[in-house]
Amino acid sequence: MFEISALNQRNKKVERLFRTLFLMMVLLLVLPVIVILATLIIKGGPIISFEFLFTSPTDGMTAGGILPALIGTVWLVSVALLVSVPLGVAAAVYLNEYAGNNWFTRVINLAIINLAGVPSIVHALFGVGAFVIFFKFGTSILAASLTLAIMTLPVVIVATRESLAAVPMAFREACWNMGATRWQTIRRVVLPNAVSGILTGVILEVSRTAGETAPIMFTGAAFFLPYLPESIFDQTMALSLHLFVVSTQVPGVPEALPYGVALVLVTMVLIMNSLSIAFRVYLRGKKKW
Amino acid sequence: MVSAQSAAEAGQASPAAQIKIAARDVTISYSGVAALSGVSLEVREHEIFGIIGPANAGKTSFLKALNRMDSFTDGMRVEGDIQFDGVPVSRLRNVYALRKRIGVVFPLPVGLPMTIYDNVALAPRLSGIKDHAELEVIVERCLTRAALWDEVKDRLSSLGSLLSGGQQQRLTIARALSQQPEVLMLDEFSIAVDPVTTMRIEEVLRELRSEMTIIMVTNLVQQAERLADRTAFFLGGECIEVGHSSQMFAGEVRDERTRDYIEGKFG
Repeated sequence: MFEISALNQRNKKVERLFRTLFLMMVLLLVLPVIVILATLIIKGGPIISFEFLFTSPTDGMTAGGILPALIGTVWLVSVALLVSVPLGVAAAVYLNEYAGNNWFTRVINLAIINLAGVPSIVHALFGVGAFVIFFKFGTSILAASLTLAIMTLPVVIVATRESLAAVPMAFREACWNMGATRWQTIRRVVLPNAVSGILTGVILEVSRTAGETAPIMFTGAAFFLPYLPESIFDQTMALSLHLFVVSTQVPGVPEALPYGVALVLVTMVLIMNSLSIAFRVYLRGKKKW
Repeated sequence: MVSAQSAAEAGQASPAAQIKIAARDVTISYSGVAALSGVSLEVREHEIFGIIGPANAGKTSFLKALNRMDSFTDGMRVEGDIQFDGVPVSRLRNVYALRKRIGVVFPLPVGLPMTIYDNVALAPRLSGIKDHAELEVIVERCLTRAALWDEVKDRLSSLGSLLSGGQQQRLTIARALSQQPEVLMLDEFSIAVDPVTTMRIEEVLRELRSEMTIIMVTNLVQQAERLADRTAFFLGGECIEVGHSSQMFAGEVRDERTRDYIEGKFG
């Protein structure tokens, strides 16, 4: 009854084959990440020091630190978040909680998907046209951040919608049947239970925003600035653009410098992502239903 | 507000004062697909009104129409006339006030993911009560009436959604009571609840009858027999008949299909 037939044998072989195949794919995926990180740490690690992080570039950007670029990236990301998070969350709340399933909603959905698919250089040109020229913000942190915000808006909207949709419909119905309005329900039941997912999405978005180069090149990021930005109407340096500049535009840069810049940028992103994962694990631990 | 209107209506039409909810020729459809057609019935004040019938008979849709949940349900359309205290609900501007006067209990217990205390205090808070002492009184009273107080009084700050199924269902009832409803609608409340808890809830309902009108949808024929004063039999989107439970379950039916259903021949 339990003897192994030829068919069983073949199934077993095929099973092993596919298992190995899928495992290889996973390893293949992880490999580049490991190589990139290792290269950065080996080549860029030695240059990382207190001075590197907290002083300005000197000698035509061939020596010194990266402080203005580091600060600039923090500025760009923060202002972009201040714009994209409220806007994206509000849009997602409307789409998920208020909008019916009609042609209008479907058109908006299509627009969001398309917005996510627009190449970043196109966003950059839009940013120049809209924010730098039309709204007369000039090349500034404001213009660059707004461009970044628009580019990352789909990420916020999709992440927020997903976490809103994960809140069981029964919770809303219980609330509505009590005589609560949609907004009361959103504020008291839906948002408190979706906030973890929204925050995770936001942190992931930060890591993406930090690395973008094209959208800020023409809208607010500067080649070199000897001073730190003082307001959102100033231009600023940024890590991503600085990396591009020191690796391709400036002659005589020591080899370790671009690797150091890249290492700082990647570390920043990795810290953000780790925070996001830790946060998600923490919230899953106190899952409420 | 409904209350001012209803007081005036009740004053004028004294014969109708006993009638809490009157449905006339109610037809419900979802995106054009009919779920209920031409239902007319009356629910009297301080009675337990049972609705029995097999799945897809339109029972739940009927309840949803009573508290105007059609306005929050995509594609749901209600025609005909439903009057609450003599006021047609379809023309209400303030559906929220109507829903506050109708407590609802669902088939599956819904403990909201907040503390037990907050679950019961939610409806009072929504209507603007902020005073802690007042809220505490309401919470204790509602939990006591739902026969849950003794089990949870020492852990009011633990999550309501982590209670057992039977406890969550009583929590849902306590929450429904916290809005001080005039009508309590229960939709197959015992479907996910153990028999002991079911009996306790049924006891609670008998006590509540003196204070409010109860509409109870159930697919347990015996439950309707035990609890309901009058019972309506729904089948395939129609109300086949409405009768006194004592007569109906004794076999005095007007339609053979009712007898067949009660005796378990189908459904």
